[in-house]
Amino acid sequence: MNALDMIIFNLIGAFTAMVPLVLTSVGAVVSERAGVVNIGYEGILLMSAFFGAVFAEISGSPWIGLLGGAFVGMLLGMLHGAITVYLKGDHIIPGIGINLLALGVVAFGIPAVWGTAGQHQVPSTVRISPIINTSYGGISPMILITIIITFLTHWVLFRTPLGLRIRSCGENPEAADSLGISVEKYRFLATVYGATLAGLGGAYLSLDWLGTITKELSSGRGFIALANMVFSGWNPIRALIGGFLFGFFDNLSIWVSTNPGVQKIIPWQFVATLPYLVTIIIVAGIIGRARPPKWDGKPYKRE
Amino acid sequence: MKIDTLVKPLMESIVAITIGVLIGAIVLTFSGFSPIEAYKALLDGALGSTYGIAMTLSSATPIILTALTFAISARTGIFNIGAEGTVYFGAIAAIILTNVVGNPLVGLLGGILLGALWSLPAAFLKVYRGVHEVISTIMFNWIAFYTVLYFVLGPLANPNDPNKTIEIPTSARLPLLMKGSELSWAFIIAILAAVISYYILWHTVLGYELRASGYNERAARYAGINPKRAIIWSFILGGLMSGLAGATEVMGRPPSYAISQGMANIHGYGFDGIGVSLVGRNHPIGIIFSGIFFGILKAGATAMQIEAGVPLEMVKVVQGIIVVAVAVPGLWDLIKKVVRR
Repeated sequence: MNALDMIIFNLIGAFTAMVPLVLTSVGAVVSERAGVVNIGYEGILLMSAFFGAVFAEISGSPWIGLLGGAFVGMLLGMLHGAITVYLKGDHIIPGIGINLLALGVVAFGIPAVWGTAGQHQVPSTVRISPIINTSYGGISPMILITIIITFLTHWVLFRTPLGLRIRSCGENPEAADSLGISVEKYRFLATVYGATLAGLGGAYLSLDWLGTITKELSSGRGFIALANMVFSGWNPIRALIGGFLFGFFDNLSIWVSTNPGVQKIIPWQFVATLPYLVTIIIVAGIIGRARPPKWDGKPYKRE
Repeated sequence: MKIDTLVKPLMESIVAITIGVLIGAIVLTFSGFSPIEAYKALLDGALGSTYGIAMTLSSATPIILTALTFAISARTGIFNIGAEGTVYFGAIAAIILTNVVGNPLVGLLGGILLGALWSLPAAFLKVYRGVHEVISTIMFNWIAFYTVLYFVLGPLANPNDPNKTIEIPTSARLPLLMKGSELSWAFIIAILAAVISYYILWHTVLGYELRASGYNERAARYAGINPKRAIIWSFILGGLMSGLAGATEVMGRPPSYAISQGMANIHGYGFDGIGVSLVGRNHPIGIIFSGIFFGILKAGATAMQIEAGVPLEMVKVVQGIIVVAVAVPGLWDLIKKVVRR
């Protein structure tokens, strides 16, 4: 493989790896713009990957599997929204709960559904097939869908009255409330939207990119997506660019760690830490300038 | 008044546990198992014999310690979920040091120190760069996992047993409390750690500073407390506890006295500890009881798998539901309202 091949190969890989990160980050941007913090995306990715595969295998269609994954994300978003928005609970703890629940549900579900311990290979008949096949690997239609979703979300968030209402709930809910905007409704819907996108990203992990389901499948991507959201300054299009960057390192570490030439020089375990190290370095580097929405993570109670 | 402040959190935790057990029963039914049979096997396995009780207490040991990590940080107003990675380093430190000096104290101290050291980067990133601790500690967990995995498969691999690392030498193992069981002095150490944490948090100046800056950062600063210092200390104290969890787990848990190849025997305690801490209301004494409750689940899970054929991961489903239920504010008030109607 010559240098040019290697570059093209890794660029396509970055586009492939960016999908779950960008979908989750864009969802998180909307949720936090409305003022709801959710750290449960890791668990949503994992549970949607699992249920996405279950739905796909029952229906025989990968697209129904994707929708099923998004549906599970939506349900979990409704749970988080109910606790944080309507019951005015803490924003962090339900997310921790969803992450722990996912570890249990998926670890229990794999042997309960497929009778195998720890890992299940998704059959190729229910995997999303690429729209273009290149000599460097296929290009998934989900890449295109992710880009469209990002631009649409960006447009709605910054160019429509709906977006203005969502942002006002995270920036100044008292003012929004006094103008007759139902802060609770918009916060709840934004939370559900964010979790639904993460659900789509989770189903993509098992039904498209990785084609397998394990209890470590999400491997921190939900949190990397949150880091990317901070990196983007709560801006969907910048989250797309950031997602490509984080995706590049995610893919690179998978590629390098399976490359026998590299394995001789540096143990694969150290290469595998790369996406996490890069995340910490990037977030530490930019965070001083990051400005979250003013009421981000704060329950709003009407006086 | 005093009674009421104790009863309400206690009832909230009991309600959350009940919800977890009930939804767990529904999941069991839908998965084609008998919930009654499953829970009976679980309780029998965990409490039906002296051996079972010893298993319960030894299972409670590491998660009591990791719960203290979360509780100390939560009392300081932050969410340190990095106990998972810290446990790995505590275990590695104990194995390396006891193989140099065959003394249990050296192993425990090594685990504690490396645990505290490993917690510092996240503390500094939080204080000086404003990096949210949830993101940084999760990233450090993964970095810890792969780094320790390198040592487990590489330099520390056991030449006589491909399934694990080199062992803790006999002279540095913690004495057993009951012959033929897995219960060792590690359990006593965990209880002591909880009592010491309680003492530090409620009876020392440092503890007052931690709780004050957790309760109201601005007011604490006004009172002359430095919240940055408090946050760094909460990470250090938390790191000590989960480093100790890793060390005691390899030094006091027969039969392996080593880290297994896939790190399965030191994996997951950090996350279990979060649930233990939340159900124990982030209070060290509460954590002892909730740790023993989760110890019952863990110890009984194996019996449930053998007797009722239920995958042992089922208890993690119950645990997850319990934590989600704990997150519902005013759960007990909510129930009282419904009952009155």
